[in-house]
Amino acid sequence: MAGAAVPSFLATLEALRQQVSEAERQGDRAEAARLKEQLDAEARRVTATVTPWQRCLIARHAERPYTLDYVRGLMTDWVELHGDRGFADDPAIVTGLASFDGDSVVVVGHQKGRDTRDRLYRNFGQPRPEGYRKALRVMRLAEKFRLPVISFVDTPGAYPGIDAEERGQAEAIARNLREMAALETPIVVVVTGEGGSGGALAIGVGDRVFMLEHAVYSVISPEGCAAILWKDQSETQRAAEALRLTANDLLGFGVIDEILPEPLGGAHMDPPLAVRTVGTALRTALAELRRIRPADLPRRRYAKFRKMGAFLER
Amino acid sequence: MVWFRRAGRESRVPEGLWVKCEGCREILYRKELEASLYVCPKCGHHHRVSARVRLSQLLDGGNWKELFAGVSSADPLGFVDSKPYAERVKALRERGARHDAVLVAQGKLDGIRLIVAAMEYSFMGGSMGAAVGEKITRAIERCLKSSYPLVIVSCSGGARMQEGILSLMQMAKISAALARLHQAKIPYISVLTDPTTGGVTASYAMLGDLNIAEPGALVGFAGPRVIEQTIRQKLPEGFQRAEFLLEHGMVDLVVPRQELKETIARCLNHLT
Repeated sequence: MAGAAVPSFLATLEALRQQVSEAERQGDRAEAARLKEQLDAEARRVTATVTPWQRCLIARHAERPYTLDYVRGLMTDWVELHGDRGFADDPAIVTGLASFDGDSVVVVGHQKGRDTRDRLYRNFGQPRPEGYRKALRVMRLAEKFRLPVISFVDTPGAYPGIDAEERGQAEAIARNLREMAALETPIVVVVTGEGGSGGALAIGVGDRVFMLEHAVYSVISPEGCAAILWKDQSETQRAAEALRLTANDLLGFGVIDEILPEPLGGAHMDPPLAVRTVGTALRTALAELRRIRPADLPRRRYAKFRKMGAFLER
Repeated sequence: MVWFRRAGRESRVPEGLWVKCEGCREILYRKELEASLYVCPKCGHHHRVSARVRLSQLLDGGNWKELFAGVSSADPLGFVDSKPYAERVKALRERGARHDAVLVAQGKLDGIRLIVAAMEYSFMGGSMGAAVGEKITRAIERCLKSSYPLVIVSCSGGARMQEGILSLMQMAKISAALARLHQAKIPYISVLTDPTTGGVTASYAMLGDLNIAEPGALVGFAGPRVIEQTIRQKLPEGFQRAEFLLEHGMVDLVVPRQELKETIARCLNHLT
């Protein structure tokens, strides 16, 4: 599991998963089948009893597919594009050109690392301003050459550091929100793991917004919320419940369009299957959006986001 | 009769005859502080002011019409921390803050017809929930319809946690409306006051055609405590203050409150 501790509620599942692959490796088919049954039962149990906080832990699982896994699994002719043309290249966001079902697309997405070195290199998927500015630059490229944008969202949040503040983290996020709203090309967003507040939304304004079954999307992390409102880190689970951050909650609030089912027990249990599910959803969405004139997209996008939020009026 | 109050808690400033400056700790005569627009005559510290005081400082003759007054916060999450969110909002409204965390008004600034939205820090830290998001979006839409310029005076800790993801989405909603204002070439001046952080900075507060900050105002994305915890070291003096933002190219101007109205008027006259 490359450096990250297995959450205790997933321990049995992880152990069974290893036993199954061990039995398969030894060619003991009967034993593998027996263990596989146990594994499925445990995965069903985990899924049936999963709490909002446990979903956060699944969403952060180190073997969950990341942006580049979706690119590798679904696309060909990938050309990664680097840099914001102003300051630097931010490895916490990847951008590039690719072919999806034979059509060229632009991909932007947060990128986390899997081993310790890679995690540090990717800054744990927390972008700096140049990451958001790179994403905007490449989305503008998409508009210019009439390519749809596919955005993969998976970040704990925008990086809260001195250098990020100096270079205008807030401005970079704000500008993306405004420019994405007006972009005259289709934008499809998939929240694949952690939707960490403004750092997630900064590449999350789209014509279709999908969310994986165990992904979470929130205004603040449960840890941050517990620290501020309860002044107590041990209230994290309660905060996770109070924030209503699961895919089901967001669908109910009208913030996302569709929940994409994950393999039993979570996307990390069968990454290729999770990637294929996302591929199917992207295919349908892009086909629908291609039928709309690009110049009409901002108006529809405005109507979509204009409705969000509940308030009283007398 | 209250004889002595700390300034800065805006709603309480008018109650006492004497107040203590939050900047230099000098004891100030309230009338004098009020006459200097709540800027300390001794040290220049800019005290926080209520949305009403702000509007009366900016709009001609203190004459303005409140807009969208009927919009108030709901409790879509059924959020409860130490106290239910719905009760929190009710208590604040009963204490007189009927406009939630933003007061939107139409009026004239040096004769220029415009719409001003002033945020109310005393209402849950000026936090942005769906009521704030709706009122600001409607203010932008009103500007689009009437071609009036827009001024937003920000003073906010950011998105309102108690409304969860729906408060985050206000950032997208307001920014999308600002995209339309931008395309319509209607001027929008963002005034950043102490403090402006989080989701408010990361949406409309940084999207002004002109961004103007008050001296000493704390303006940033992440709050200083969060940054200190992340990097595990003390932050440098003046970090995230208005002058720091000016130095790093994030604001056009740092303008003392006494010159704010005149500066906005001069800029709008150039742009309209």
